[in-house]
Amino acid sequence: MYLFSARNIVKRYSDNLVLDRVTINVPEGIIYGLLGPNGAGKTTFLRIINQITAPDEGELFLSGRVFVPKDVATIGYLPEERGLYKKMKVGEQALYLARLKGMSKADAMSKLKYWFTKFEIQAWWNKKVEELSKGMQQKVQFVITILHQPKLLIFDEPFSGFDPINAALLKNEVLELRKNGSTIIFSTHDMGSVEELCDNITLINKGRTILEGAVHDIKIEHKSNMYEIGFTGDPAAVVERLNGSCQVVDQHDEITVHYVKIRADKSLSGNDMLSRVLPVASITSFNEIIPTMNEIFIKVVEAQNQQQTPEL
Amino acid sequence: MNKIGLIIWREYLTRVRKKSFIIMTFLGPVLFAALIVLPGWLAQVEDNEVKEIAVVEYDAAGGPVPDSLQFFRNVIPDKENIKFIYLHNAVLPDVLKAFEASQYDGVLFLPQTLISAGRETSVEFYYRKPPSLGMEIHIAKSIEKFLFSNKLITKNIPSDIIQSLETKINLNRINWKNWPNKQEDATDVKRGLGYVGGFLIYIFIFMFGAQVMRGVLEEKTNRIVEVIVSSVSPFQLMMGKIIGIGLIGLTQFVAWLILTLGISSFAQQVFLPAPAVQITQQAVPTDIMSSDDTPAQTTSSPAGKEQAAVMLNGIMRQLGQINIVLVIGAFLFYFLGGYVLYGSLFAAIGAAVDNETDTQQFMLPITIPLILGLFVMINSFINPSGKLAIWFSLIPLTSPIVMMARIPFEVPVEQLLASAALLILTFLGTTWLAAKIYRTGILMYGKKVTYRELWKWIRY
Repeated sequence: MYLFSARNIVKRYSDNLVLDRVTINVPEGIIYGLLGPNGAGKTTFLRIINQITAPDEGELFLSGRVFVPKDVATIGYLPEERGLYKKMKVGEQALYLARLKGMSKADAMSKLKYWFTKFEIQAWWNKKVEELSKGMQQKVQFVITILHQPKLLIFDEPFSGFDPINAALLKNEVLELRKNGSTIIFSTHDMGSVEELCDNITLINKGRTILEGAVHDIKIEHKSNMYEIGFTGDPAAVVERLNGSCQVVDQHDEITVHYVKIRADKSLSGNDMLSRVLPVASITSFNEIIPTMNEIFIKVVEAQNQQQTPEL
Repeated sequence: MNKIGLIIWREYLTRVRKKSFIIMTFLGPVLFAALIVLPGWLAQVEDNEVKEIAVVEYDAAGGPVPDSLQFFRNVIPDKENIKFIYLHNAVLPDVLKAFEASQYDGVLFLPQTLISAGRETSVEFYYRKPPSLGMEIHIAKSIEKFLFSNKLITKNIPSDIIQSLETKINLNRINWKNWPNKQEDATDVKRGLGYVGGFLIYIFIFMFGAQVMRGVLEEKTNRIVEVIVSSVSPFQLMMGKIIGIGLIGLTQFVAWLILTLGISSFAQQVFLPAPAVQITQQAVPTDIMSSDDTPAQTTSSPAGKEQAAVMLNGIMRQLGQINIVLVIGAFLFYFLGGYVLYGSLFAAIGAAVDNETDTQQFMLPITIPLILGLFVMINSFINPSGKLAIWFSLIPLTSPIVMMARIPFEVPVEQLLASAALLILTFLGTTWLAAKIYRTGILMYGKKVTYRELWKWIRY
């Protein structure tokens, strides 16, 4: 059973098809990445989940039943374009936004105290928002988003605008939220954070889903039998022994160690490769090269873009 | 507290605590008093500058006349701020040639042929700066009066009879319903009340409407709006803002009312102990003609305090005749109705644009009916039950302002009900329309919006 599902979501703005039958299924307790280039329709999709805009077609489900507007209270949403009232005091504002989400004053107050202490930002309580730096404001906003302990958290580009220290702090919080049972959907183009955090992803391009599944599976699916061997010895001899059932695509040296990158036939195992090379070189490292999400992202998106270009 | 209540509470609280609100609350009545008193005071200041007018007289043959033979000598009485100097043997071209360097502000040329003039004629007045309306009337009236009695004297009518011919008439307006007891007329106070009410609504709509617009724009440019609409519906957010700011308007009004009552009861304490001699009809100057002599009378009076007391007393008694509850009730209704009507449109503008400079193109269609309302209101004083006043007090875009000018003058119930119903229907309509624009507009960035675009949003 999925905590959240969106089925065949279609959204048009005048003649522009922004989302074309997008479907995602988010199991409970995972971190779900929504990836895609700029303008792919991610923000529109997230707004639809949050009932800010209505889809033209398609349905949303929460815990197996149809999503109703009241359910937004169980969602925490951190939009990409975030802001606060500049002239309002931090504490007062946090309290206000928490109560708009339906929390009682006392409950909001005690939770805010907990989070402000945890993030060591108690001193900001009576400051006006305009006195805080942008990063500080983002922190406050993060607290406001997760305060009502929503089952489902939606972050739109959560790490943009944070310095590395605060981004790391935030990533830890996100992981902890998952540990405590929250389900998180976040959109990003930062593939590094996808590798670090996401269990599952959906990749949208031009309003269509072009890739989806568990990060682990996707990577395995997209690996292309690439290996890298590090050794000392005669590079020419090594290349010669590998040629045939392997193809050397790259080689380089680092101090005394030579590296060759090879694409192997599927039938060839790592052990086979090593046994060929062993007589002529002493091995220092042997790796299978798993593609990064970044590479997969670029490969898949470009493939789709090329496919579509002739149609135009 | 429900969500819309929370929004109202925030809008209200953040504004009511602002320094500008507190200052405005205390300064408002003072500014209004200044607005009423200042024009009169300024007119007086200008009048105090003494003007000297040279009078050049020619005989019937068209030649200069010595002092002893001057026919028009001292015909035009000096006023506080105008002196007439009758020149001896003056030749008009010479006087005008030397005019540049002379101390005179004007030259009045009176040929003696005027004496035999027919029904209508004119005299020449050469000026440095154009004469005020008051001065023109004073000169013309004085000469008319002199020529009139002169004609009678030539017909051998004794001067005491001529003097008895003069009777000054004040029209005493009495509503026929008050006929048996001939209650004192309160037209001037009614006009004053209507003017203040209408003008206040006009200012309030502009002031608080613009606040709604700026508030929406602030939320949009701050980008906080997306956080909020993930908790509440855009309609709740918009209505919360409109209502919250409307309450600020009401608070300001009530504070002003209390302050004004406080100030005026204080003024009563100071002025009323003086004996109230008589009630002047001239409590508030009714038209430009008579306002010319009233300031002179009031200011030259040695017992200014006494006069003020009489005036105040008069106003208070006239106020007693007016259905004050109706006026205040109507004010509240028309203020709220007009404010919600315009406020929702202002909110839609704030949502449609990205920054304050872009608001201009959409402001115009809102500003025009408001200003039109103000003009019609001022016009309605001349005839509060005329066609113009009736129509514009029914049209919802102008009715909040124009109806206020009519309210003190007993508006027929069916007109009042029709006007109120139309206003309610219209503000429901504009709110619905504004909500549609608002909903789309608040999440739309970086796009220069046109009217066509707005129309699309409405049809979504």
